[in-house]
Amino acid sequence: MTTISKIRYSRRALLKTGGAALAASALPAPMVWGQETKNITLRQFGTGVSNLNEVATKVKEDLGITLEMTALDTDSVTQRAATQPDSFDIADIEYFVAKKVWPTGNLQAMDATKITNYDKIVGTFRSGKLTPESTIAQGTAPHTVGFVEGPDGTSFVDNESGWMTLIPTIYNADTLGIRPDLIDRPIESWTELLNPEFKGKASILDISSIGIMDMAMVCEAMGEIQYGDKGNMTREEIDKTFAIFTEAKKNGQFRAFWKTFDESVNLMASGEVVIQSMWSPAITAVRSRGIPCVYQPLKEGYRSWGGGIGLSASLSGMELDAAYEYINWYLSGWVGGFLMRQGYYSAVPETSKNFMSENEWGYWFEGKESTDVITSPFGDKLAGAGEVRDGGSFYDRMGAVACWNSVMQENQYMVRKWNEFIAA
Amino acid sequence: MNKRITAWLQAAPIAAVLLAFLVAPIIMIVIVSFWGATEYSIYPAFIFDNYEFLFSSPVTYTVFFNTFKYAAITWALTLVIGFTVAYFLAFEVRTLKWQIALFLLCTIPFWTSNIIRMISWIPFLGRNGLANSTLISWGVIDEPLEWLLFSDFSVILAFVHLYTLFMVVPIFNSMMRIDRSLIEAARDGGASGLQTLRHVIIPLCKPGIMIGTIFVTTLVMGDFITVRFMSGSQRANVGRLISNDISLLQYPSASATAVVLLITVLIVIGLLLRLVDIRKEL
Repeated sequence: MTTISKIRYSRRALLKTGGAALAASALPAPMVWGQETKNITLRQFGTGVSNLNEVATKVKEDLGITLEMTALDTDSVTQRAATQPDSFDIADIEYFVAKKVWPTGNLQAMDATKITNYDKIVGTFRSGKLTPESTIAQGTAPHTVGFVEGPDGTSFVDNESGWMTLIPTIYNADTLGIRPDLIDRPIESWTELLNPEFKGKASILDISSIGIMDMAMVCEAMGEIQYGDKGNMTREEIDKTFAIFTEAKKNGQFRAFWKTFDESVNLMASGEVVIQSMWSPAITAVRSRGIPCVYQPLKEGYRSWGGGIGLSASLSGMELDAAYEYINWYLSGWVGGFLMRQGYYSAVPETSKNFMSENEWGYWFEGKESTDVITSPFGDKLAGAGEVRDGGSFYDRMGAVACWNSVMQENQYMVRKWNEFIAA
Repeated sequence: MNKRITAWLQAAPIAAVLLAFLVAPIIMIVIVSFWGATEYSIYPAFIFDNYEFLFSSPVTYTVFFNTFKYAAITWALTLVIGFTVAYFLAFEVRTLKWQIALFLLCTIPFWTSNIIRMISWIPFLGRNGLANSTLISWGVIDEPLEWLLFSDFSVILAFVHLYTLFMVVPIFNSMMRIDRSLIEAARDGGASGLQTLRHVIIPLCKPGIMIGTIFVTTLVMGDFITVRFMSGSQRANVGRLISNDISLLQYPSASATAVVLLITVLIVIGLLLRLVDIRKEL
């Protein structure tokens, strides 16, 4: 019995695929939101920031594609992308991770001509320049790992080759979070993280690739180290950076280190920590508990990161088409609006505008004073009327990026040093 | 001849299971510990780099020292508490019904997960947590005690909380097997309570104590998550070293550390078994 039903199934599947192929060749140009993709399941994994059930629900509604999401921490994401290529169809990873994952051959390059809104993607992810006048920040800037030379390209190229490694989905400029109610004075510089005034009340994140950048921002701001490139340090620079932080750790500067989003929220909300590295939605989470928390813009600039979705090398045929359809849908605005209302930025902000109210667009993107209450997509109140976003407009914030999250050449050395730092 | 074959056959299933799920993975770990690694992949080789780095790094020694420190302190505390609880259950509680009831009471915390039991300490011990606010309201302290949380203290507290039962159960089991007439005989012979404890009960509990000791030391030495959460990632033991390596895709280096840890734990257990011949005593 089982064999018979299997045969039947495969014959039917064959007919269907054939039909779809016929339909595709007969009706080429205008993409009809997927009739043929109705029953397709795509497995996506990524960090908790963008792997949201709301997105899966909405994509099912709009395209009929079933999206199975797995949320992991940054390190596990890298691990899975590099070691378990058959466990996913879509990898939602950060750009600096691409540097590690691309050489494994687990992802396939994407044809930019199939991306409807390609031309509207923010310059940061294409030429590297936010505006034609911008300078490119240090670190693994997304455009440096965003393109390969062709469909089977193995090395990154520094121009818009038309073959993308990742489609940018979500990005932001990170800085330190503070508790203004527990710190009674203005905070303006990264140096404050090591200020003895906050002894036992500071924290940084225990994810080496990101933590080292925060450390570098601090050491550079202190005037202790002048880095050639914070995103690609020499051994000597790494040693000096850790020496400064190890000393601070031994003096009891840090209350704890955090590894996951919720740990950072709890540290801040409970008052264990008053100044720490933080991610934007964590600030939102603290505030939605009614506790004041500020994402403090600092004069040295931001440490920025960007995420994107990549396609598994094993995707082909209908699944691949469905994945492109999903990507086009992703950039078409709804997801962007959903993410921007949490404080992130969308790769194609102008399409997101249609999915945000004028008040929301003004507050989140243009840095204007809110005219009404700002609520998160989950219904929590984030700001009242008459408030301004920390750091101001999109161009103020993304224009002040000092460095990007990165993987450096001396990464293995840095990681060992990081282990020593944790154990010190 | 026939009998021998039957015996082999009877032993075969468990041998196969152990071979497939215990011996083979360990052999794999040992093999990988000699491999090399790049950022994103591992490649077969026969190099000693991983061990060389491990033994040349001062961090390794600190971390192994920490691991032993946690194991020793936790062992001492769980032994004292576990022995006392088992003694109470076995000798002070008279009826079997109450013994069973109280014993089950001890296991209630185990109905929730390990992680939850551990994490629930964090709001309790925090700077503005229950412990500090209570002590302040009683006037015992003026400033919150910082060392309550994210310190060696909180790590060991969590370990003791998590693992004391592993000491209670085997000791209780040994105590229940003690022939009560031996204790009566000791008393008739004029031994005081303390002398009975020292010369009769403790020696007869040795196998229980030893089994409990093996449980606790191996659990503590292999742990990484308790240390990470309760120290706020500020302390490290060998388990954390391994988990850090794994999360950064450095499998060969993680394997090398795991092999060294395994050997260390086996030596510890070997020494313990020297002290008491569990097989004979059981």
